[in-house]
Amino acid sequence: MSPHIVLRVGAKVLIPVILLFALYIQFHGEYSPGGGFQAGIIFAAALVLYTLIFGLDAVQRAVPPVAVHLLSAVGALLYIGVGVWAMFAGGNFLEYKVLAADPHLGETMGIILIELGVGITVGAVVISLFYSFAGRTREQEN
Amino acid sequence: MEWLGLFNYWVVVVLMMTGFYVVIAQGNLIKKIVGLNIFQTSVFIFYISLSKLEGGTAPIYVEGITAYSNPLPHVLILTAIVVGVALTAVGLALAVRIHEAYGSIEEDEIQAQDEEDARNT
Amino acid sequence: MIDHLPALQVVLPLLAAPLLLFMVRWPTLAWAFTTAVAWATFFVAALLLEQVWGGAVISYAHGGWEPPFGIEYRVDTVNAFVLLIIAGISAIVMPFARDSVEQEVDSNRIAWFYSAFLLANAGLLGIAITGDAFNIFVFFEISAIASYALIAMGRDRRALLSSFNYLIMGTIGTTFLLIGIGFMYMMTGTLNLADLAERLPEVRDTTTIRAAFAFIAVGVSLKLALFPLHLWLPNAYTYAPSMVTVFLSATATKVAIYVLLRFFYSVFGAEFSFGELPMDHVLMPLALLGILLPSIVAIFQDDVKRMLAYSSVAQVGYIILGISFATTLGLTASMLHLFNHAITKAALFMALGAIVYQIGGTQLTRMAGIARDMPWTMAAFVIGGLSLIGVPLTAGFITKWYLLLAALDSGYWPIAVFLLATSLLAVIYIWRVVEVAYFRERPADAPVVSEAPLALLLPTWTLALASILFGIYTALPVGAASRAATILMGGY
Repeated sequence: MSPHIVLRVGAKVLIPVILLFALYIQFHGEYSPGGGFQAGIIFAAALVLYTLIFGLDAVQRAVPPVAVHLLSAVGALLYIGVGVWAMFAGGNFLEYKVLAADPHLGETMGIILIELGVGITVGAVVISLFYSFAGRTREQEN
Repeated sequence: MEWLGLFNYWVVVVLMMTGFYVVIAQGNLIKKIVGLNIFQTSVFIFYISLSKLEGGTAPIYVEGITAYSNPLPHVLILTAIVVGVALTAVGLALAVRIHEAYGSIEEDEIQAQDEEDARNT
Repeated sequence: MIDHLPALQVVLPLLAAPLLLFMVRWPTLAWAFTTAVAWATFFVAALLLEQVWGGAVISYAHGGWEPPFGIEYRVDTVNAFVLLIIAGISAIVMPFARDSVEQEVDSNRIAWFYSAFLLANAGLLGIAITGDAFNIFVFFEISAIASYALIAMGRDRRALLSSFNYLIMGTIGTTFLLIGIGFMYMMTGTLNLADLAERLPEVRDTTTIRAAFAFIAVGVSLKLALFPLHLWLPNAYTYAPSMVTVFLSATATKVAIYVLLRFFYSVFGAEFSFGELPMDHVLMPLALLGILLPSIVAIFQDDVKRMLAYSSVAQVGYIILGISFATTLGLTASMLHLFNHAITKAALFMALGAIVYQIGGTQLTRMAGIARDMPWTMAAFVIGGLSLIGVPLTAGFITKWYLLLAALDSGYWPIAVFLLATSLLAVIYIWRVVEVAYFRERPADAPVVSEAPLALLLPTWTLALASILFGIYTALPVGAASRAATILMGGY
């Protein structure tokens, strides 16, 4: 791993920026182009880049596969949970405006939570896809 | 050049037929998935070009602009792209497991192995 | 909560699917949870059917966005009936699944398996309940992707390639559907089915709408395995785990047929589909060939599961035949067969699942003399077989009877004769199994076999008895089917 010093330094500079950019896309999606799908993919891309340079073991110590599987469930649950919450609050499924006393606040809150759920699920699913394919080749080589 | 007027449809048709041909003609499972992706992409381009309004801008609210492209097909295709990614992932995962089970991803070689199994039992 | 039933119908299984990922270590808990959800879904479907029985239409606006702008769930007797079939089959298959899945799927994959099952269930229910064209595409893909995963979990390595082929064919089908929906959106600017039905007459004399119709017809026909687009089906059903075969054979193609009906009758209108376009002359020959050829192919199969898969293709032919008459009576027969065939085929595949559980396969050679050791399983198989043939006092007879009436009503008396003749083909392939299982000696070197456990027998017998019950007491299926047919003929 040591010979790729340019790649390692480059990656270390890039990865925090990519993660920050993902968060920007995530939380700015309400006003401007962006949102959960794109943010999740960008977030996962940072981890994929890390894996390519430092290896699968290193990244799986930080983000174990079990955690990724559970996170993909958590994101989906957050999404559907907001929908069901709206039902209990007296609206239809996914009708955000009943979530708070002020309908505008409710809508803002609803869409931010939903997009967060989407972001978590998309990021987690893409990482777990990458894990399962990357893990397969190693098993065969051994 | 009237018949080239709506050239986006020509792009869509050419891409669609390319993808469809690859799916049918190739025996290699990975190439089949590539073909399927091209086939789907052509439909995505069809939807996106459908929403374009001449002189219209991206559908983001800005003061002083009145002509916007239709954002609905964009949203639909965002969903369809995610569906396409999931399909590609499942297809590739199947290809990996087929390779582990048969040692090949060529359709005719796999079928030959299956036929041999059928003869032996 | 009663107002939210349409949403709950899909949300319940969709919410439960990710929750199962927290139960990966406790397969039995995962099974129990899935069973509870499946029965709750069934309960919701029954309540929905009860509400719309008198002809009412329930409309549910997601997110409070009024149709035609938002996504609308729209329940009338037609799709409430289809919902009941899907939810009912998935509820009854769950008690059966426990032992069968435990044996056929790795224990650390069981929770994932049930998660995929619930997603497939939610997808199929979603296709049936939604009133939005693009939503139909999305739910088609949700159910399809989950089904590919379920089929690939079969033990035989051939399951992988059959799943892959299903993926290719299924994706081409749904992409065609997507193109058709795009054409319609282009001409009308709407995706809501009821709104489409209102706006299409203005523009329907254009090439674009005819092309949309063609794309949708071909795409959905691929999904419902209309002969000759059925090539993915036999392998997928043969190599899938038993429980998956039961579930898919009873629900997946049925839902696709429902979508075809919805587009042909409700969206485009019977007058356009069968008057201006010659769909009756296209569907009828395909249906007749689709009954005849797969029935003949079924006779020559050595694997009973595969034989029944070909028989499923033939049964799709019967349903399409009823549609091609384009009369209320023909539609009634088709809707009835959706229900009766779902019960009958599920009972048959469950009996085979019990046999797989005991002897590990369904090749005819391995089943010699098995009826002596597994009398209850084989008796259920025989009842299902009789219903498949269409013997009086079984559910299958009722549909064949209505099909005959519809054929004679439209003046196609040769088809009536043809129906009787093809029933004989069913007699032949069912008899082959009966002959082997009842009248051959068990080979001396064959392993000792005992009767299947009660957990497998009870659901099998429930469905076998149901296929007799609905052959005698026909008020529910015939009532629902004739109401549904009247609604479909009347447009949206």
